[in-house]
Amino acid sequence: MLLVAPLFVLLLLSFCLPIAALLARAVYDPTMHDALPRTAAALDGSRNQDVPDDAVFAAFGEDLLAAKQNDSLYNVAKNLNNLLPAARSHVLRTARGLSLDKPLTRAELTTLDPFWGDSQTWSAIRNGVPPFTTGYLLAAIDLRWTPAGGIGPMPPNQAIYRTIFARTFAIAAGVTLITLVLGFPLAWLLANLSGPTAARLILLVLLPFWTSILVRTAAWTVLLQRSGILNELLLGLHVTDHPIDLMYTRTGLIIAMTHIQLPFTLLPIYSIMRTISPSQMRAAYSLGARPFAAFRRVYLPQVMPGVTAGCLLTFILCLGYFITPALVGGPADQLIANFISNYINTDLNWQMAAALSFILLALTLGLFAAFARMFGIDRMKLV
Amino acid sequence: MLLSPYATLADKVRMAVLLAWCTLVLSFLVLPIFVPVPLSVNSEAFFTYPLKGFSWRWYRDVLGSGAWRDAIWHSIVIAIGVTVLATSLGTLAAVGLSSPRMPARRTIMAVLISPLIVPVIITAVGAYLFYAPIGLANSFIGIIVAQTTVASPFVVVTVGASLANFDRTLMRAAAISGARPFVAFQRVMLPLILPGVLSGAAFAFVASFDELVIALFLAGPQQRTLPMQMFVGLREHLDPTITAAATLMMSSSILLLIVADRLRRRR
Repeated sequence: MLLVAPLFVLLLLSFCLPIAALLARAVYDPTMHDALPRTAAALDGSRNQDVPDDAVFAAFGEDLLAAKQNDSLYNVAKNLNNLLPAARSHVLRTARGLSLDKPLTRAELTTLDPFWGDSQTWSAIRNGVPPFTTGYLLAAIDLRWTPAGGIGPMPPNQAIYRTIFARTFAIAAGVTLITLVLGFPLAWLLANLSGPTAARLILLVLLPFWTSILVRTAAWTVLLQRSGILNELLLGLHVTDHPIDLMYTRTGLIIAMTHIQLPFTLLPIYSIMRTISPSQMRAAYSLGARPFAAFRRVYLPQVMPGVTAGCLLTFILCLGYFITPALVGGPADQLIANFISNYINTDLNWQMAAALSFILLALTLGLFAAFARMFGIDRMKLV
Repeated sequence: MLLSPYATLADKVRMAVLLAWCTLVLSFLVLPIFVPVPLSVNSEAFFTYPLKGFSWRWYRDVLGSGAWRDAIWHSIVIAIGVTVLATSLGTLAAVGLSSPRMPARRTIMAVLISPLIVPVIITAVGAYLFYAPIGLANSFIGIIVAQTTVASPFVVVTVGASLANFDRTLMRAAAISGARPFVAFQRVMLPLILPGVLSGAAFAFVASFDELVIALFLAGPQQRTLPMQMFVGLREHLDPTITAAATLMMSSSILLLIVADRLRRRR
C-alpha cells in the first residue's frame, strides 16, 4: 500500500494541485482586491450602480498611487482590461499623471479622463474588486452580470465562446462519425482474418497509432500543401483542374484529425469483434435470416459496446485537440484548447484561460465518467 | 475463410466491396505516415514527387545544425529522466495496487490513470502557472516532473497487466524461505514481471520523446526539445529538414514500441 504512495504524491503535487490551482483562478482572483483595498472598502455595501461619490474617488486615488509605487498597477490595469476592453491604457495614463496633495474628487478625475465618469467603468471595477467572482465562468458561456445585478447575455461583440464550444463539438462529432464509417468494416475484416495476414494487417493499424500526433500532423502539413502530393494526385486523376486549398481549412483539419483518431475508434471495436464467434452469423443464416437482418439483430447488438467505447474515446480526445488545429487549421478552425493557449501566451488573461479549462475539463471528465461506468476503467488499455 | 463455400454472387460482390473499402482505409491510415520518408532524401526543396535526386542534405542539416542537435540532445536527456522516474514510481505503484489488501483500489487507479484523460493543454497550463512562481518553469527538472505525470500511466497499466499473471504465492514462498520483502521483490517478482516493466519503460520514453504541449509551456530556449523545434519549423519556415526530423522521430518511436509490444505479448 505504501508502494503506491510515491507516485500518488507526485501526481497530487505536480498534476492534481496545479490543475486545482488553475481552476481556482476561474473563480478566485485577489489581484484587484489586494491592489485596491481602500476602493474595495469604500465601494462595499453600495448597491448603487452609478458612478460613485467623492469618498470612493478619494480612496481610488490613494490606491492608484500606492499601486504605482508597489508595482501592482500593471496587474490592476491588465485585470480591468479583461473585464472592460481598452481599460488598460486609461488606468496606466491616469496613474502616470496622478499626484496627490489633497484627496482626489470625482469632478477632478472625470475632467482629467471622462472614462472615469462612465457607469460601465465602475460596473467593471465593482465586478473586479471582490476576490471571488463568477464573472469569468459566466463569460465562458457568453453570460455576464448585468449592471442591474442579474445574469444576462453577453453583448454580441464579446459573445464568442458558445461558437467555439459548438465548433469543437461539431468537429469532434464529425471526426468520430467518419472514423466509425471508415473503421467499422476494417475492424470486422481484421477480426475475422486469422494467421500471419491478420497479424501483419494489425501492425499496419498500430504503426500510425504509435507515431506521434506531431509527426502525423507534420506529414499532413506536407501532404495538404497547395503544391503538395494530394493536390498533384487530384490533378493527375483529373478530379479537379485547379489545386484545392486544404491547408488552413476545416476540410484539411478534419482529414488530419480523422487519420490520427482512426485507430482509437477502431481498436476497441476490433477487440470486441474478436470475441464474437462467426458461427453465430451462420446460425442466423441457417435460421433463415437475410444477411442484413442477421447483421442488425445478431451481430450489431453484440459489438455495440465496442462501438460506443471507440466513439466515446475519440470524441473525448477530439475535444482537447491542440496541435493539429494549431498547425493545419485556419483562424476559424481553432478549438477550445487553442483559445486556452492564446489566453495564456498572448492575451495574458489567465482567468479566462482558467474558466475555459474549467468547462473543457468538466465536459471531458463527465464523458469519461460515463465511459468508465459503461465499460470500467480497465478498458482504457492500449489495445 | 471469409466467405462460406456456398457464397452466392451477391455475397461475393459484397465481399469485394468490403475488401476494396478496407484497402482504401488501410492506405489512408498507413501511406501518410510514410510520406515524409522519401521526401527527406530528396535533393530538392520541394514537397512533391517525382523526386529530383537522392541526397542526405536534410539529414546533414538536422544532425549538423546547432539548433536541431541541441533539441535532439535535450529531448533525449528529458526522456531518460522521465523514463527512470516514471518506470520506478510506476512499477512500485502497480505492485502496491496489485496487493489484495489495497484499499480504495478503483479510486486510486482512477487518479493514477487520469493524466491520460485530462486534456494535455490543461495539464500543461496548470503546470506552467504553478511551476513558474517556484522557479521550475524553464528548467529540465520542471519538464521531467510534468512529463512524468503523463508518462507514468503507461507504466502502471503495462506493469499492472503483467502482474495480473504473477502468482502471489511465490512471494509467500520467498518470505517463508527467509527473504525480506525487498529481496523477494528483486529476486522473485522483478525477473518475472521484467517484460512488463521494460515495455512500460519504452512507452514512457516514447511518451516523453514525442511530447510537445507540456514542453511548449514549460521549456525555455535552453530546454527546447525536438518536437518543439519541429513545431516551430512547421509554423514558421516549412522546409524539408522537417521531413528528415519527422523520419528520425517516427523511426525511433516505432522501433522502440515494436520492441515494447513484443515484450508485452511474451507471457
